Parts: sequence; structure tokens; C-alpha cells
Amino acid sequence: MPVLEAVRMAFNTLWTQKLKSFFSLIGVLIGVTFLIAVVSIVQGMNVYMEEEFANRLVGLNTFQLRRVPNMQMGNITEETWREWMRRPRINNEDARFVEAKLETPALFSRSCDEDGRVTVGNRSAKGISLSVVDAPYFKIKNYEFSAGRPFTAQEARAGSPVAVIGSEVAEKLFPGVDPVGRLATIGTLPYRVIGVIQKQGTLFGFSMDKFVIMPFDSPARRQACRLAYMDELHVQSPSVATMSQAVERTQELMRVRRRLRPHQADNFAIQTAEGALSGWKTISAVLFAALPGLVAISLVVGGIVIMNIMLMAVSERTREIGIRKALGAKRRDILAQFIIESATISTVGALIGIALGIGLAYLVKAFTPLPAAVAPWSIGVGVLLGVAVGMIAGVYPASRASRLDPIAALRTE
Amino acid sequence: MSDLVIQIVDLTREYLMGVERVQALKGVSLEITRNEYVAIMGPSGSGKSTMMNMLGCLDTPSSGEYWLNGQEVSRMPDDALARVRNREIGFVFQTFNLLPRASALQNVELPLVYAGVGSRDRRARARAALERVGLGNRMDHKPNELSGGQRQRVAIARALVNEPSILLADEPTGNLDSATSADVMRVFDRLQAQGQTIIVVTHEAEIAAHAARVVTLKDGLVASDNRQERVQAA
Repeated sequence: MPVLEAVRMAFNTLWTQKLKSFFSLIGVLIGVTFLIAVVSIVQGMNVYMEEEFANRLVGLNTFQLRRVPNMQMGNITEETWREWMRRPRINNEDARFVEAKLETPALFSRSCDEDGRVTVGNRSAKGISLSVVDAPYFKIKNYEFSAGRPFTAQEARAGSPVAVIGSEVAEKLFPGVDPVGRLATIGTLPYRVIGVIQKQGTLFGFSMDKFVIMPFDSPARRQACRLAYMDELHVQSPSVATMSQAVERTQELMRVRRRLRPHQADNFAIQTAEGALSGWKTISAVLFAALPGLVAISLVVGGIVIMNIMLMAVSERTREIGIRKALGAKRRDILAQFIIESATISTVGALIGIALGIGLAYLVKAFTPLPAAVAPWSIGVGVLLGVAVGMIAGVYPASRASRLDPIAALRTE
Repeated sequence: MSDLVIQIVDLTREYLMGVERVQALKGVSLEITRNEYVAIMGPSGSGKSTMMNMLGCLDTPSSGEYWLNGQEVSRMPDDALARVRNREIGFVFQTFNLLPRASALQNVELPLVYAGVGSRDRRARARAALERVGLGNRMDHKPNELSGGQRQRVAIARALVNEPSILLADEPTGNLDSATSADVMRVFDRLQAQGQTIIVVTHEAEIAAHAARVVTLKDGLVASDNRQERVQAA
């Protein structure tokens, strides 16, 4: 019997028994929905982590020299933590040493950060990231100014109380007025605003525009770090290739400076975009490893449900099978009919599942900071699984149907 | 080709009912030539149903030979029998046996589906068959939208659509009132006149009266085999 004919008959059956058919395909539907949604979200996260997180927050050809890493996914042990706390901080001498000895061209900026309060008149904003940096910092971060200017070399050297603010700070504290040239109290110190950075948007739902940037040697440094020390040294190379050289060279230089023996581990951290991503890569690998198992469970359940429905269909339609056999249906015609019917039910389930999965992915994208990107391969896998589960689940009921004795089958009511 | 459509030699059929061996047919021999109109009669338990299953290739004999249109079908495997049923036999049942969820046209197309006829050709032939039994205007109706007589005419169209050697009818009027019965018997008479070989299994003398020959079974044997003057439906 032609396949198309069987598919048409299967749709006929599905259509005349809508509710029953829906329940029979719900297992496959859930399995495939799950597959598509999870793959979409993990895939979306991958894209997001690489493009947004790594590029924007860290920068592909930028690295930071720090005492301990500050972007770490997963748990760290007590022991690691203790070792971190024993490490010496990065000081001005370290920075100068690396700047002087690094042969590849690079931009450098020290920085110290803390969270604090900014006040303008009777308006106040909490939880603002307050950073003191060197002048190249704006170039390293690739910041564009929507108003004003960065601080000059002179202001940096003199440690003038001038500040560049993020767009959210500007909106909150200077609503409707141009902040440039106005005074703001940062911590407890009066600063003059000289520039505003263009809106950066959000990352994982967190605003990237709640910051104030001041010269490294300006008074606010005292609140952020101790004299002659820093939280991190930002180093930017002109290209990704020169950056990896710079990373290696910096590691060597720091080991020499800290007099570390070959068997001793680094007592400093060099943080790159790649390094920050490695934690996420582990998480996504675990998710992808667990996914087949979870999907398989629901597909097996879905397959068993379909097999039961098909067994019921065979016993309900014994007479029909008898008629078909009397009219000349061979065993394989009956076998094909029921297997194709089963595969059709399951494939319809998979198709609905794909639609729901895509819908779910877009809902997640719309209502949570998590991104989602539907992976075309997962749709292919979904369809394939739908067909396969249905065919496998249909084999046993179909073979029972095909072996029915036509005389007995014709006599049943 | 010989004019013999059916040649049955010493056919037996035994069933095992629990531990008891039941002999439904005890050695039946029968010859039917092309364009004959034969009624097979007999009381219940006479082996009539078994005979019908044998003639229709739904069952195989315990011993003996059954030649249908020059092929020995008594020892064919299942799938070969399915092919013979498809090509050589048109069934008409007492309970019509139409597929309830398929339209009249789809029901008539069914034997052609299993014969591997392409869909365009199939549709045309099924249409023609329905028009021959006077149901050209009911093709898209489901069986439950048709009267008993109309259903049986759909079944006849289905039986004839693949141009079988024999039309095998099992109590074709058992579920019909006398007016529609006469209707169906008229269709049979006309088909016989057009050259169709017809075998009717029945216990009703009025139906058997339409046939030119009546074979009576009793206790699994042929009790009588008479030619008679046919009664034509009014």
C-alpha cells in the first residue's frame, strides 16, 4: 500500500478521534518541547556569553592582572579561598615593572573599585560602582561619550576631583539637566562631572550604566584601595594574537618579580575573556550531557502511551482489519498501515512539541534576561525522534493486527 | 482458457474444538463454470459457512484440492491468498462490512488500493462502479448516511470494482426488507446477464430461486445439486 495513502488514513483517524489522539501524543510532545526549549536556551546563552559577556564586560583582546579572579563560576573550596587570601596584592611597582618590560604594544590602566553612594542636592543613588582608573581606561573599555570628555593626562596626574558618569547615574541624579560641569558628592567628597558615557544597556538583567569613573590618584582612591596598591591592572593589546603573547609575557614577568620557583603555582590571576567563559562552558557541557537522558525518559513514556493506544486501536478495529484482509490486504499492508499511523501520531506530537518549544524559548527571551536562540539542528532531531518513536511503538501492535485471522476478525462486532 | 471457474475435489475441513475434532466439510466436490448463477443452501451446521470461507479463500482446506480460475489455491500461503482474494473474488456480506469512517467512494476504492492501482485511475474506476449500481449521486456519503439497500449496493460496487472472476455473496439480503431485497436481487440478475459468475450462500428459498442451480449441503456433504427454472426479480 502506498505510504501516502496510509498517512492520509492516519490523519483521518486522528481527526475523527481528536481528544484521544491528543492524549496519546502528549508524551512525545512534552519530550520534544523540552528538547527544543532547553537547546534553544543553552544555545542562546552560549551566543550571549561569547558576544555580550566576553566581548563587552572583559573584551576579547584585553586581560586583567589581579590578585584573585573575580569572575568565577561554580564553587571554590575553602582551601583555594585561603590560598587566595594569602596572596600579595598587586602594587604600583608590579604595574610599572610589567609596563616597562612587556615588549608588545599595549594600553595600561590601573583600577580600584567599590560600590557606594552618590549624592546631588537632595537626590541620592546607592549601589553605584565607583572606580578610580588611569586615562587609557576609556579607550580600553571602548566607551563613547554622549556629553563632555574624558579626563586629561594633567587631571589624572594631579588627581583632580573630576568624574565621568554612566547614563543611568546621569538620569537619576540630574533629571532634565546637563550634568557636565555640575557637582556631585561621591562617597563624602565633592567631584565635578566632566563627562557622560553613552548607554551600555543590561547584562543578565543588570544595568551596565550605574558607574562613576574618577582619576586613579583622585581623593576617592583612599576609600577604594590602600596607597600604592590596586584591584587590577587592565592591559589591552591591539589584536587577539598580540594579546596571547602579552598574557604569557605578563605571567613570566610576574613570576620573576615574585621570585616563584618552577614548582610553585602563580600567586596572582590573569583574567581573560576565555577564562571567564570556561566556567560557563562547563555548565553548558553538563546541561548538554544531561539533556539526552531527560528527553529519552519522556520519549520512552510517550512511546509506551502510543503503543497502548495502538493496541486499543487494533482491538477496536478488528473488524476493519478483517474487511481489509478480505479485500486483499496482505500482512505487510496491515503492518505498514498501523506503523505509519503510529508514526503519524507521534510525528504530529513532535511537530506540536517543536512549535511549543520555540514558543517557550521566545517567552523566556521576552520575559527573562536569559537569551534564547533556536538551533535548527534541534528541530531536525525533534522530527526524527518523533518519527522513530512512533515507528518503534507501532511495531508490536501492527504485527498483532497483521497476524489476525480474517474469518475471526470479520465475525467480531 | 477452460470455462471452468471453480473446481473443487474432495475438499475436507476439520476444526479442533477443545479436544474434540469437528469435521465441517467431509469431502465436497463441486464444479462451477463461467457465468453460472449458483445458490449454496443448507441448514445451520451443514458446513455452509465453512464452504463460503473456502470459496472466498479466507480459509484453507485440511485436504482436497481447490482450483480457482486455473490456479490451485488450496495450498497457497497467506499473502498469495490475499492476492487471489483481491483479484479473483468480490465479497458481498450480510452486514455489508463497509468501513464506517470512509465515504462510499473510498470504500469502493479499497480493493484497488491493495491492487496497487494509481489514485487517479482508482478514483475513476470506483466512480464508474458506483454509477453502475445507481449510486452516482451518493459517492461522498458515509455508510451511516445511506439506507440499508444503498449500503449493500456500495458493497456490490466494491466487490465488482476489481473485475473478479466470481461474485461471492453471503446472505446478501439477510439485513434488508423485502422491497430492498428485491432491489439487490435485480442488481444480481442484471450482473449475471452481463456475464458475471455469481455464488450466493443463503438459507432463504426465495433468494435461491433466482439462481439457475442450487447446491444443498447437509452434514458437510453435498446433499443435492439441481438445475432449476430461474425466478426473475420483478
